[in-house]
Amino acid sequence: MSTVIKSGGFRAWFNKRLPVDQFVADQLTGYYAPKNFNIWYFFGSLALLVFVMQIVTGIFITMHFKPGEANAFNSVEYLRREVPYGWLLQYMHAVGASFFFIVVYLHMARAFLYGSYKAPRELLWVIGMLVYLALMAEAFMGYVLPYGNMSYWGAQVIINLFGTIPGIGPDLVEWIRGDYGIGDATLTRFFSLHVIALPFILALLIGLHLVALRQVGSNNPDGIEIKEKLGPDGKPLDGIPFHPYYTLKDIVGVGLFLTLFAIVVFFIPTFGGLFMEAPNFEPANPVSTPEHIAPVWYFTPYYAILRAVPDQKIGALLMALSVAAFLFMPWLDRAQNKSIRYRGIASKLLLGTFFVTFCVLMWLGLKPADGIYVLLARIFTGLYFAFFILLPFVSKADGNGPVPDRVTYNAH
Amino acid sequence: MSDHAADDTVPEVDESRRKFLIAATAGTGAVGAVLTAVPFVASWQPSESARAAGLPTEIDLSKIEPGQMATFFWRKQQIYVVKRTPEMLASLPSHDAELKDAKSEDSDQPAYAKNDSRAIKPEVLVLIGTCTHLGCLPKTRFTPGDASVMANWPGGFFCPCHGSKFDLAGRVFQGSPASVNLRIPPYSFEGDNKLIIGVDAEHKGVA
Repeated sequence: MSTVIKSGGFRAWFNKRLPVDQFVADQLTGYYAPKNFNIWYFFGSLALLVFVMQIVTGIFITMHFKPGEANAFNSVEYLRREVPYGWLLQYMHAVGASFFFIVVYLHMARAFLYGSYKAPRELLWVIGMLVYLALMAEAFMGYVLPYGNMSYWGAQVIINLFGTIPGIGPDLVEWIRGDYGIGDATLTRFFSLHVIALPFILALLIGLHLVALRQVGSNNPDGIEIKEKLGPDGKPLDGIPFHPYYTLKDIVGVGLFLTLFAIVVFFIPTFGGLFMEAPNFEPANPVSTPEHIAPVWYFTPYYAILRAVPDQKIGALLMALSVAAFLFMPWLDRAQNKSIRYRGIASKLLLGTFFVTFCVLMWLGLKPADGIYVLLARIFTGLYFAFFILLPFVSKADGNGPVPDRVTYNAH
Repeated sequence: MSDHAADDTVPEVDESRRKFLIAATAGTGAVGAVLTAVPFVASWQPSESARAAGLPTEIDLSKIEPGQMATFFWRKQQIYVVKRTPEMLASLPSHDAELKDAKSEDSDQPAYAKNDSRAIKPEVLVLIGTCTHLGCLPKTRFTPGDASVMANWPGGFFCPCHGSKFDLAGRVFQGSPASVNLRIPPYSFEGDNKLIIGVDAEHKGVA
């Protein structure tokens, strides 16, 4: 990219020492993104927005929160009831966690629709999955910190999952908890990880995700590489500068997103027990398991898989596999074409079934583990893994039809 | 400072020597990094006070009626102590075929509790009240024939989290997500009515 540094003056002096103009020219005004992005392309920038919001509300909540068995629950109640606008900070942070996952799941669904994980974007996808894993750890620990009764029992169940690892399991569980049961030691280390270690790791991974994105360029709904069709000026014919075109478009997304977010925060912050569960408004009680233990909605697909199996070790293994399977998408999908637009009906049915399966498992994970729900969970667990097993064959068979020469785009 | 690049009197580089030195330096550094990680990793283990709080605990059995269960804490875990009636004990062999591990071969218990009643004294059942599936508290369902648990229910424990079922010796029923029987802590008796959780008869005075 050409530099835009003008000679003389403060700006030149500054840029010679810190290449701000060069950075803007390379990464924003000179970075060409496909011109045919649709609304699915909102969710990357929205995920970044939620991350920043969680950091900011988190910083202010940390000023009032006291980790530990004795004080955690009460300090959250104090924040909610006595700190001016503390209720708002707490709701923004708790609702923000759920919105983070909504945005991330839509962002991932976009990649499934348009094959954005396929070559040359494999590492971009793998780094994104690491962000997702770190986010799950961050959300889990954040959920334990207020030390409500669901915090306690949720932590008990999740930490005990590590006990199923052959050989080292029981010792590993004791090491994670730092005691023979969940207690002070567990809460204080989770606090440290939640507010220091994992946010750093997340920031680093998100940074790498963006660097990898800038290296390979964005995919688009047609799944055609715009870099292969360059104009006489060497710029992609189907590309437009990220700034001002996509910065402005993303601002529209931000406006819509914040409207929805504000409606939930102000009017339905618990979202009927989905975003904040009723048992968590009671302090942790080691002698009383809540009648029905369910994690927050964003973990329930995997939880449904765990419960579907009548064997502890196989259940935990399948649960781990159900998350890990995503990592292998770039290599499981063997279609020539990236986008679902240019794949056959079998691919469309397979992907549609997978989206439905994920949502049904999410619903089942919120239901008690008995009767018809167990049977349904087993059927949909089978369908879940069937997707990953069938994908290599289906994608190879019907993902090779003709694709247009240029992206499809209607000026409006 | 001399300019090495321009100095052609420098003797030829001994590649194998250089490789060895790089490997030795990197290796020493890696060992150092691992050793440095030891205190950080070890700091997550239970602290001295957590260990001290995990010392044996004494329970007075005289306050538990036959057929009743009392719960206690030992090492932050619930300990279930059940005084089993002769009827309860008589029911145990009736459903061996429906259990995953009727003889407690794969389960976790001290050697002296690996018998038909899973106890030192058959009438006193001592269990760690942590579901071997994922750690919830199994609830008591002692009434035989309670159809809400399952058909022909002999009495026992039911975990509300994921539906594991255990009999009156803490043995797990088939169809439960838990794979092994409820664990039994080390324990011993002093006299008729004093139960000590956390120490075996042969190790008394050691812990």
